[in-house]
Amino acid sequence: MSIPLWLIPALPLAGFAVCGLLGKRLGKSFVSAVGVGSVGLATVAAYARLIPFTAGNHEPVVERLGSWITAGSFSVEMAFRLDVLSALMVSFVTFVAFWIHVYSIGYMHHDETDAGYARYFAYLNLFMFSMLTLVLAQNFVLMFVGWEGVGLCSYLLIGYYYEREYAAAAGKKAFVVNRIGDFGFLLGMFGLFALFGSLDFDRVFQAAAADALRIAPLLTVVCLCLFVGAVGKSAQVPLYVWLPDAMAGPTPVSALIHAATMVTAGVYMVTRCNVLFRLTPDVMLVVAWIGGITAIFAASIALAQNDIKKVLAYSTVSQLGYMFLACGVGAFVAGMFHVLTHAFFKACLFLGSGSVIHAMGGEQDMRKMGGLKSKLPTTYWTFLVATLAIAGIPPLAGFFSKDAILTGVFEDQKYVLFAIGLFTAGLTAFYMFRLVSLTFQRSFRGTHEQEHHLHESPPSMTAPLVILAILSAVGGFVGLPKLLGENANLFARFLEPAFPQIAFARGAEHPLSHAIEWLLIGISIAVASGGVLLAWLWYTKEEGRIPDRIAQAFPKTYALVSDKFRVDEAYNFLIVRPFDWLSRMLWKVVDVLIIDGVLNAGAFLVELAGDVLRFLQTGNVRNYALTFFLGVIGLMLLVLGLGF
Amino acid sequence: MIGTIPLSDVLLTSGGLFLIGLAGALLRRSAISIFLSIELMMNAANLALLGYSALWGSYDGQIVVFFVIAIAAAEASVGLAVFVALFRHTETIDVNEIHLLKW
Repeated sequence: MSIPLWLIPALPLAGFAVCGLLGKRLGKSFVSAVGVGSVGLATVAAYARLIPFTAGNHEPVVERLGSWITAGSFSVEMAFRLDVLSALMVSFVTFVAFWIHVYSIGYMHHDETDAGYARYFAYLNLFMFSMLTLVLAQNFVLMFVGWEGVGLCSYLLIGYYYEREYAAAAGKKAFVVNRIGDFGFLLGMFGLFALFGSLDFDRVFQAAAADALRIAPLLTVVCLCLFVGAVGKSAQVPLYVWLPDAMAGPTPVSALIHAATMVTAGVYMVTRCNVLFRLTPDVMLVVAWIGGITAIFAASIALAQNDIKKVLAYSTVSQLGYMFLACGVGAFVAGMFHVLTHAFFKACLFLGSGSVIHAMGGEQDMRKMGGLKSKLPTTYWTFLVATLAIAGIPPLAGFFSKDAILTGVFEDQKYVLFAIGLFTAGLTAFYMFRLVSLTFQRSFRGTHEQEHHLHESPPSMTAPLVILAILSAVGGFVGLPKLLGENANLFARFLEPAFPQIAFARGAEHPLSHAIEWLLIGISIAVASGGVLLAWLWYTKEEGRIPDRIAQAFPKTYALVSDKFRVDEAYNFLIVRPFDWLSRMLWKVVDVLIIDGVLNAGAFLVELAGDVLRFLQTGNVRNYALTFFLGVIGLMLLVLGLGF
Repeated sequence: MIGTIPLSDVLLTSGGLFLIGLAGALLRRSAISIFLSIELMMNAANLALLGYSALWGSYDGQIVVFFVIAIAAAEASVGLAVFVALFRHTETIDVNEIHLLKW
């Protein structure tokens, strides 16, 4: 008897209940043990299932716990699914999450009260429950439960420092923007049920593949709705605005939720529904272009940010764009590969930035850092490895996944998107090394007090850094390019069962010649190294004089970029303010004037009538008797039919 | 006995008594006079009931009359108690003087 699948999400749920209900009273060490232990156990349980699964024949396993919702022809089962895709997600979600939980012990220990500490771990465990439910679900409804759950936890953790106004506002923004996407996802689910009469993954995908031509136009609408959900959750243009603000939460949260796991849920969902998306080439084109635009747009904003976490946030948005670009050109494997490698190096980068912020006593402005290399050696070296990985320098993980994506785009003959992707790779290398340069190299630019305070983080924080850095370095070897032998790409072979052949789907392969593939690899290495070198030259060697001069030469352009293209302001002007105005109008006019007015007018009339009629009450008993008598006569006439 | 009297006579007597009672109830100022007038109206109704009872040869009307008498007795005791209390309080039982319950 192996471990049941439901136990994997249930363990963090139990941790949530214990930390949330008892944590405040039982103290920090108890909360650490339960909070981290539950995720550790879930990781062990997950790997106990994953290892035999990987060693076996990769047949999907579905474990049904029974019926959950039944109403007429609509029925949903409580069922969990272990297949190659969910196995991949569970493997890195549990692993990365465990190390981020460990890191959190060190990061949160000094700042927080017992209650705050318990609240933090309770939310983090609840997040793990939701995320694991999301990836292990066997139907759209259960997936939606996880989908909403991670959104809720994201909101709770962004607003963790709720006494700071901007954190509360950022949480609210994340929640509201996500709601737009969730609405799309919900509409997509309704559409799927209308088309196929079921929301079970297997049934929907089989029915879609079998009936592709008849339903194609409707399916396009449905897939667009589902993609809106992915756009919201995975922070793509135009709904990316919540993710940079989400950095108001504690840094381990940024690493876990807003970099490694939750924001990739959209990519996972699109990949999970690859059968549907492959049947709708128009939607695929939209996905690819949204991804490409997001990638370059966010990368260009990251160039001019001075907050260390903001740079990483925009970098995350940009990398998520890459993943959607891959999905949009049909290179789902490359997209998932980037999800995996990104989870390692971006979690490492965020935890590294957390270590820096911890050492700097909460300072996040890179202009006040510098020279931290000698003071925080472990942080520096792990950060450097992760930066090289995200920049796409071989043989680190990011290089392989990014190269797989670019090759996939080229293979699909989307040359404009290829150029965008390539340029973005250069920008990524540049802004990441700008970050390293400003933070770790040159000389310290903060106050003396801060300099005196600088220290390397405790082992509970550096150990996860080292482990994630190692994975960022070697994680790419599971997916070597096809060039190095037909079976070199273990990752693609592992994921193969997730992408069944479809009769009607666009499947025109354009195999590239080896020469072109080598050329593409060469170009992408050249662009990445170019970005790295330029950043090193401009920021470390020249100490930022050239960028300053460029900024001075084009002050308006620079201001525009550093203001994030003023997208927030535009949204504020175009959507938030009109909405605010509408709400105010509904309040002042519809509610106060019309609804309250009608009620008050009714009440006023009654009062007026009473004011007049009360004079009938003379208090004289003989008047009453007379009225009574006349009334009886009236009634009698009425009964006898003589009255009218 | 009553069966020997024509119904019209009985009803005319009853109606006359009722009107006398009504006039008394509406016109008299003393609470006790009003009370007596009301008793008169009730007995007028009793008379009508008896007349019909005799006409139909049924006891139902007579039974109702017993009920009315019993209730009138109860009502008389309560009413007189109210008047005594009222008099102790206001030193009058003139209903024109007692008009506190107005607008």
